[in-house]
Amino acid sequence: MSRDRTVNVLTVMLVVLLASGPFLPRWAMFLSTVSLCYGTVVLGMMLLMRTGLVSFGHGLYYCLGAYAAGTLQPFFGITEMSIMIGAAVAVTGAVSALLALLLRKYRDIFFAMLSLAFSMILYGLLVKTSALGSTDGFNVTAETLFGVRIAGTAYERYLIFAVTAFLAWICAMGMLRYLGSHRGRLAEAVRDNELRVEYMGASVANTIHVNYVVSAMLAGLGGSLMAISVGHIDPEMAYWTTSGEFVFITILAGTGNVLAPFLGAAIFETIRSFAYEYSPNTWQMALGITMLLVIMFLPGGLWSLFARTRKAG
Amino acid sequence: MRPLRALSRFTALALATVALAVPAAPALAQDSIRIGLVTFLSGPAAGPFGVPARLAAEAIVESLNAGKAPSPYNAKGFGGSPIELVVIDEAGGATKQVAEFRNLISRQNVDFVVGYISSGDCLAIAPVAEELKRLTVLFDCGTPRVFEEASYKYVFRTRAHATMDAVAGARYLLEQRPDLGAYAGINQNYAWGHDSWADWTAVMSVLKPEAKVTTSQMPKFGAGQYGAEISALMQSGPEVIHSSLWGGDLEAFMLQATPRGLFKRSGLVLVAGEPNLHRLVGNVPDGTIVGARGPHGVFAPKSTLNDWLRQIYQAKAGYAPNYPAYSVAQAFLGLKAAYEKARLEKVQKAIPMGANRNVKEEMEKAYGRPTTEEVIAAFEGLTFDGPSGKVMMKLGKGHQAVQGTAYGMTRTVGGEVRLENIKYYPVEQVQPPEGVNSLDWIKGGLKPGKW
Repeated sequence: MSRDRTVNVLTVMLVVLLASGPFLPRWAMFLSTVSLCYGTVVLGMMLLMRTGLVSFGHGLYYCLGAYAAGTLQPFFGITEMSIMIGAAVAVTGAVSALLALLLRKYRDIFFAMLSLAFSMILYGLLVKTSALGSTDGFNVTAETLFGVRIAGTAYERYLIFAVTAFLAWICAMGMLRYLGSHRGRLAEAVRDNELRVEYMGASVANTIHVNYVVSAMLAGLGGSLMAISVGHIDPEMAYWTTSGEFVFITILAGTGNVLAPFLGAAIFETIRSFAYEYSPNTWQMALGITMLLVIMFLPGGLWSLFARTRKAG
Repeated sequence: MRPLRALSRFTALALATVALAVPAAPALAQDSIRIGLVTFLSGPAAGPFGVPARLAAEAIVESLNAGKAPSPYNAKGFGGSPIELVVIDEAGGATKQVAEFRNLISRQNVDFVVGYISSGDCLAIAPVAEELKRLTVLFDCGTPRVFEEASYKYVFRTRAHATMDAVAGARYLLEQRPDLGAYAGINQNYAWGHDSWADWTAVMSVLKPEAKVTTSQMPKFGAGQYGAEISALMQSGPEVIHSSLWGGDLEAFMLQATPRGLFKRSGLVLVAGEPNLHRLVGNVPDGTIVGARGPHGVFAPKSTLNDWLRQIYQAKAGYAPNYPAYSVAQAFLGLKAAYEKARLEKVQKAIPMGANRNVKEEMEKAYGRPTTEEVIAAFEGLTFDGPSGKVMMKLGKGHQAVQGTAYGMTRTVGGEVRLENIKYYPVEQVQPPEGVNSLDWIKGGLKPGKW
């Protein structure tokens, strides 16, 4: 899909989401909110994957973002949504900028394992922190949005949904711009041939560093939005299975377009949710079969369906 | 290549559409009451807790719908309306559970939700139930935080919270070993393990301040291997070991510790050992102190309700019910009692004697279903009979149940683990009174409240 067309589709989708929100059934609105949160995280994973790196530890930033937003209330008494989200992005940005110094030296399985190790360290620390409820976690509420009280109002859910959709739109637009920029295009070059990139005069280390920090901040943003919409956070968010879920959605969606992560997340959440309902004993199998089918028939992810249609037409 | 592409495209699209297009609301009988049941069907908690709870719930609903339960629960279903169960897996963590809870209510349109074994899930669900204004009965989770950190209108918990485990366990232990000098602990490194050990050490420091802690082992959840922990416990030589292990972890620990002779030197207290007891034949030393957070399972005193539950559960599962079966029974019977009380009160209040206007409409309204608010009003502070005795909704402004509890000692007789020397503890000895935080109550000297 061409860039201009993606911009149009993104904007149309935002408008459709915002306009249809009040008419959606409550479960569908929540499912969309959760999908948008996941989609934001996976958008960052997509960028990393385009750089040739698979992180099995993005739960670290997802969880860190959620805790950065959630602990503002017990520690500082802050329940303003914009500050919670800002804090999440700032904290994950700072931590990832530091960790990237080490991680950018590794590739492939070593990168995956090292990032997994860092996320499990955070998990271990949080489990030992009884003050934050250990594995039980604690509840999070965003009481106000730009100073206006939203908690407990009739439009609380819609506002959270709208904020999430709007931020996801900004992220997707930003990512689209970034992917088209000089540095953004370097990502795939790094994946294909690092040596050649260095000979061209570009820095592989810098590219990976920047892309890693961007993807971490997106994960932190997704985590804080998830914390606000779900209303509860626990260390499970940093556990390796959560990171694995992000990899799952990234592979399911494909890395062809900035729309893919949101499509993948929406399909993943929908299948999971209906599988819970219709086969409570075998819902995991439904997800596994979907994954198998996608890997066997659509190695480029669900997005390749659209890419191919375009070529054929 | 071309047919394969077409096929692949078709498959993926079909999958997506099937998922999206499945009819959202299944056809439902107009007069049945839909209850969402959320319990572990997969993962480590499914075997000892989740599946027994599900089997018990299904057996109870069948029996209630047939009107075969003993008095006062002999009306069919809930006040004559049959019950329909919608079962959901609790696995997947709090985020997914919040999503599924919303689905249960706005997609499945259930009237009530009964569920949640994990304390983390209970904490996450309670505010959502409040937001969606749907009566939710937490049936098994233990953390006192649910009603001590917040108060809810739409959330009830029909079993007592976990504080009684440590309080009654320590009282029982000290009755058996009044001159206890040293104890140790082995608990999993997660919220329940931490809380259980924190409660236990707090109670011991009140009831037996001179007893020393030799070691506290915190293996990770699902560790499976306990070689190092067993060595540490053996070296430290405690007289008694406290443990909140459960499920597969408990079984693995017992299988590894018994042959090494750990229990030849040290006694053992298993605060959550009851659900696994029947699987530990040959691997649990005689004299192990076991509790069930309430007089459930083998501790349940004989009564017609208890006989009823044991009989229908045995018929369904093929073995005797353990404590999760009793807690789910308490949830359904409590809800039924509240529902029928609300219905009765509605009928009694509705038709003033001598009224001659709108009699038909008034009658229809009175005999209609009670609203959620009316059921809540009837539920608050309710006292009802469960299979293990009286249950009083007396904490958390009438939303949290209290009950006495029991502890006993194991003795293996002819390939069966039995509990002997069972001692019952009344509510005031094991539960904090209203408005007092559990840990504060323990540290403040366990002063019995007024009930």
